[in-house]
Amino acid sequence: MHEMALCEGLVQALEETAAAQGFTKIHAVWLEIGALATVEPGAMRFNFDIVTHGTVAAGARLEIAEIPARAWCMQCSAEIAVNSHGAGCPNCGSYQLQILDGQQIRIKQLEVA
Amino acid sequence: MCSICGCGDNTAKPHTHDHGHPHTHDHDHDHHHHHDTPQHAHAPGLTPTRMVQIEQDIMAKNQAYADANRKTFAARGLFVVNLVSSPGSGKTSLLVKTAEALKSRLPLAVIEGDQQTGLDAARIKATGIPAHQINTGKGCHLDAHAVGHALDHLPAFKNGILFIENVGNLVCPAGFDLGEAHKAVILSTTEGEDKPLKYPDMFYASDLMILNKSDLLPYVDFNVEKAQTYATQIHPTLTTLTLSARTGEGMEAWYNWLLEGAARAKVG
Repeated sequence: MHEMALCEGLVQALEETAAAQGFTKIHAVWLEIGALATVEPGAMRFNFDIVTHGTVAAGARLEIAEIPARAWCMQCSAEIAVNSHGAGCPNCGSYQLQILDGQQIRIKQLEVA
Repeated sequence: MCSICGCGDNTAKPHTHDHGHPHTHDHDHDHHHHHDTPQHAHAPGLTPTRMVQIEQDIMAKNQAYADANRKTFAARGLFVVNLVSSPGSGKTSLLVKTAEALKSRLPLAVIEGDQQTGLDAARIKATGIPAHQINTGKGCHLDAHAVGHALDHLPAFKNGILFIENVGNLVCPAGFDLGEAHKAVILSTTEGEDKPLKYPDMFYASDLMILNKSDLLPYVDFNVEKAQTYATQIHPTLTTLTLSARTGEGMEAWYNWLLEGAARAKVG
C-alpha cells in the first residue's frame, strides 16, 4: 500500500513541475519502474487515478515502462539480467551479485498543455 | 501505434528506442486522430499539447529528507538502527530489554512507529529512556520527513544510539530510507523460515537479521539454518544473530553489535 504514498509523491512532483514550467494540464505521464524497485506497477496505476483527482494531472494517462534489472556476478565476472532478489545468476547459480540497475522509480516525460 | 491513445492496427511496430532516453513524436506515420478528445479538438484557442522531458526520481523527496537526517545523526555521533519486521516479531520487547541493559552505558532513545496508539512508546518510557511515538494513521511505513520531525520531540543527545521501530510490516518500510546506519530485520521463530524468500526486498534492504524467540525453537518447526540460507541468498553479506529477548539468550552479541556501531559513529 505504500504505492499510495509514492503516487502522492508523484503528484507533488507533477504539480511542482507544472508551476515551474507554466503548464496547467497533464495529459500523460511516463514512468520507469525497475524490476527490483519496491513497487507494484498495478498498484501504482490503481492509486494514480485516485490521487490525481482534482490536480493538474486529473484524468491523465499513466504509461509505465518496466525496466529489467542488471547485476554483476562476482563468480562469472559478468554482467547479467536479474528479475528478482534471490534468483541467482542464470549462468552459474551464484547469489554473490551486485545490483547495478533496476531499482528506479522515475518520471521520464510528460505530455502537457 | 498511436502514442497518444494507444490505438492502431496490429501490424504497427511498437514505439521502442535503443538509446537511453525517450523523445518527442518526431517521425512520420499515417495521421489519425480523435476529434472528440480535448487534446485533438480543433477548437480555436485550445492550447496544443507538448512533451516535457524530465528525469525525476519519485523517491527523491524522501531521499533528501533521509540525507538531511543522516547528516544530523553524523554530526551528533548517533548510531541509528531502523528495526523492521512483521507485527508481533518482538521488536518492542527487544528494545525494552536492550534499553534496560545499555541505558547506563550510553544515551539511548527510541522513535516508535505504529498506525495507532502510544502503547509502544509508553513501554519504552517505562524503562527510563526517552521515546516519541509517531502514529501513521492509515500509513504503512515511516518516512524520513516524519522521522526528522520526531527528533524535535527527543532530547538533543550526542554519542548514543537512536532506535527507530518501524511500523510492523515486512513490505512497505523496505523502500524508505530514514537516514539510518542500518536496517535490522527481525524474524521470529514462530514465523516461517521462508520469509526471506517471500519478502525479499526487506531482507535485501537490511544488513542484520535477528532471529528472535530462540527459546521457542524446541517447540516450533523453525529451521534456523534454512532461514539463514534463504536470507543470504537474497543478501549474501547479511549478518545473522539468533537470540531470545525474553530469556536473554544471545543478547550479548546484539549488544556488542550495537556498541561497536556506536563506537564507529561517535564524534569528539
